[in-house]
Amino acid sequence: MGFDTLVFYVFAAVLVFAALRVITARNPVHAVLFLVLAFLNSAGLWVLLEAEFLAMTLVLVYVGAVMVLFLFVVMMLDINLTEMRAGMRRFAPLGIAVGVVLVVEMVLIVRSSAFSPDKVGGPVRHAADYSNTKALGSVLYTDYVYAFEIAAVILVLAIIAAIALTLRKRPETRYQDPARQVSVRREDRVRLIKMPAEKRG
Amino acid sequence: MLALTDYLTLGAILFSIAVVGIFLNRRNLIVLLMAIELMLLAVNMNFIAFSHFLDNIDGQVFVFFILTVAAAEAAIGLAILIVVFRNRRTINVNDLDLMKG
Amino acid sequence: MENVYLATVLAPLVGALVAGLGGRWLSRRASHWVTIIGVGIAFLLSLVAIKHHIVDGAAAFNGSIYTWMVSDGITFEIGFLVDRLTVLMMGVVTFVSLMVHIYTIGYMADDEHNWPKESLAGSNSYQRFFAYISLFTFSMLMLVMANNFLQLFFGWEAVGLVSYLLIGFWSVRESAIFANLKAFLVNRVGDFGFLLGIACVVMFTNTLDYAEVFAAAPGLVGETIKVIPGYDWSVLTLICILLFVGAMGKSAQVPLHVWLPDSMEGPTPISALIHAATMVTAGIFMVARMSPLFEFSETALSVVMVIGAITAFFMGLLGVVQNDIKRVVAYSTLSQLGYMTVALGASAYSAAIFHLMTHAFFKALLFLAAGSVIIAMHHEQDIRKMGGLKKYMPITYWTSLVGSLALIGFPGFSGFFSKDGIIEAVHHSTLPGSGIAYAAVLTGVFITALYTFRMFFLVFHTRERMDEHTREHLHETPAVVTLPLILLAIPSVVIGYLTVGPVLFGGYFGEAIFVLPVHDVLGQIGADFHGPFAFMLHGLMAPPFWLAMAGLATAWYVYTQRPQIAESMAQRFPRLHAALLNKYGFDDFNQAVFAGGGRSIGNRLWQSGDVGLIDNLVIDGSASAIAWFAGVARRIQSGYLYHYAFAMIIGLVVAVGWFALG
Repeated sequence: MGFDTLVFYVFAAVLVFAALRVITARNPVHAVLFLVLAFLNSAGLWVLLEAEFLAMTLVLVYVGAVMVLFLFVVMMLDINLTEMRAGMRRFAPLGIAVGVVLVVEMVLIVRSSAFSPDKVGGPVRHAADYSNTKALGSVLYTDYVYAFEIAAVILVLAIIAAIALTLRKRPETRYQDPARQVSVRREDRVRLIKMPAEKRG
Repeated sequence: MLALTDYLTLGAILFSIAVVGIFLNRRNLIVLLMAIELMLLAVNMNFIAFSHFLDNIDGQVFVFFILTVAAAEAAIGLAILIVVFRNRRTINVNDLDLMKG
Repeated sequence: MENVYLATVLAPLVGALVAGLGGRWLSRRASHWVTIIGVGIAFLLSLVAIKHHIVDGAAAFNGSIYTWMVSDGITFEIGFLVDRLTVLMMGVVTFVSLMVHIYTIGYMADDEHNWPKESLAGSNSYQRFFAYISLFTFSMLMLVMANNFLQLFFGWEAVGLVSYLLIGFWSVRESAIFANLKAFLVNRVGDFGFLLGIACVVMFTNTLDYAEVFAAAPGLVGETIKVIPGYDWSVLTLICILLFVGAMGKSAQVPLHVWLPDSMEGPTPISALIHAATMVTAGIFMVARMSPLFEFSETALSVVMVIGAITAFFMGLLGVVQNDIKRVVAYSTLSQLGYMTVALGASAYSAAIFHLMTHAFFKALLFLAAGSVIIAMHHEQDIRKMGGLKKYMPITYWTSLVGSLALIGFPGFSGFFSKDGIIEAVHHSTLPGSGIAYAAVLTGVFITALYTFRMFFLVFHTRERMDEHTREHLHETPAVVTLPLILLAIPSVVIGYLTVGPVLFGGYFGEAIFVLPVHDVLGQIGADFHGPFAFMLHGLMAPPFWLAMAGLATAWYVYTQRPQIAESMAQRFPRLHAALLNKYGFDDFNQAVFAGGGRSIGNRLWQSGDVGLIDNLVIDGSASAIAWFAGVARRIQSGYLYHYAFAMIIGLVVAVGWFALG
């Protein structure tokens, strides 16, 4: 078998193994690390598919940022490990059965004649000076610029949402609440009292 | 010779592993979120494979955006997780049943 | 002339609208003047029309006034057909209506006493009454002047409606409300047949216009229709019988006669106007108008004749045992309507219309005279409590005598000519059932004389049986009451003599009435007709005269000389007497079967249909089914995230399987 076929099977095998370990790891830190391994392997596969830019993005952004975030959270939460494992055995048969059915179904579809090489065409080998980044960029800022802007907005949204959810205020911090300021009534602030004038002497 | 079906099969296997992971995992909310990430990975694999074999860059553009959204979703999901932990002192999925009908 | 006809019809309507809608603000005098002027205009214009068509001999007017719509080839329009039959009816209707309007001024003068203090309906009842009788005049004129079935039906229904309103005029009386609903429902039964008949006409001739239908009638002679599968019925017979069912309802023939005696609950003026002279004659008029159809169906003519004979005879018998002065006259009306119907069946349409005209005059007279007596007796209506009124109410006495003599057919008076014409015509008829009909109408003469003069003697002669208080207040009624009596007495005497020649035998009606030569009994009689005086002399020797005299003599003898004979007769034939008092059980039957049956069906539908099926099963049932389902379905909402995710995955598996296999 050709070199790329070998590469494919190696990476695929490790990938599947890592995925299995993600869901069966006892220690959540281990699970996160196995997920990192899965991403790295799939980045390799993507390079094989001539999508280098996205492979690098996967490593840099996904593994580098998102998985690190997962790790932070896992380590931050004080979890009692021992009680985690109980009860998993009970549902294993049903779950595995469902999973197997799902796999079988999808494989049946995928292996059908609709996806055969004569219908789909062979892999396209690009020229040596093909730049995946350039190809992606030339499409992204012209045809898909609208989606691009929206993606940016979504990221801003995520920032704001994450902060808004988790921000804790210190009790003694002073801040203004415009809504309360506006809804104040005169009677709450001003009280007129009639007093006799003070006399001196 | 590598064919499209090989990559698609790989994607299918990853997806079902993630599904089983959601179903089997009863104790840990974080593993739930990680299984979701796995699902997204499977989908991305499919997209890239199609993009390669059909010589259409649009598949990779889509993956680009999926990555963006997945990152945003992971961030917010973890933020919610933290807030839940703060209030309930547990991430045991079994104990989070306030929406019971 | 078209404007004359329009004005004739619209003048009473305008009067009715002004008095009806504006009665609250108009005084009583203003409202009765408005309506009397309206009807007066109608009467004068009817005279103009009579002059135009009879004296000047103008051709019939058949024109459309307003086309409402044209649908599927059928024109729905308002139009007038004014020929000699029409102008005769117009004259009768407007004259009697005018008399009744004037009479009502006196009769309803103190109507407030009939209502409880705070009654809303009782306020302005005077104006309301005048509006109703004017409205009736409008409806009846529309009916007789119609040139198509639609307008005929409109007028038909409108007079039924106004009759309902007027019978139940004193709506605070339960008996009045019972009577007006009974009248309306029985009329409805007749109208159902009538509508079926009109539908049949449209089905086979595709038009509502009289002229076109009559032109198409000879072509329909052989046609049959299968209403019940396997049985062929002649189309014309079916149409005629259905139309006659409508006439049975309106003109109170057996068995749809039950409403007329009850209609005496209404004020006497309307008993005179509607239930003696005009509305009840609408059926007779309609059959005469449809003579081009009836002539082609001997079966229908036989049916008409036999039913008329039954009504004439049996209703007359009932008149002998009545004690309410208005009920006697009511049963007399029923009997006389039977006479008219018999004449129609014998194809003597002219005789029927002639009797309709004379009857209108003398029956209205008798009713108004009865009303006069009732006013004088402070609304006492039982003839057993009257007696000897001759010396207190001379004008009423003499006019009643004239009316009674006309009713029994005393030679010279108008009723004689019309009744004898009918009896002779039936005698000459060869249709099946004419023998029975002849026997019935002949015996009916004796019975008519008996009950008429029984009432006359008991009211005006014999010993005074009223209480002292009433007797002190007895006096003749005011002029507004007695003037119409006199004015009606005049035609009761002379109109028969003056018009019998042209109307019965002189081809007065021309093309308005169509008679096939083989049925032409009046033509056969007419061959021997030598003028009214000769007719009178001939009548003195004929059976009807002797029977009438016998009846009069019997009444005189039994009720003035030997009253105990009446009681012993009642005791000797108890079952017959009971049957007569019970009106042959028609009312009991209707109450038990139709009214009771209707109520019990309604009850059962309410219990099982409404409450059981709709309320319990469908409404409450569907609600509780949803509640049960919700109780089951809520278990899916476990609150556990992985359950929800699992549900999604199951759905996904199913969807993928569907697309994979499908």
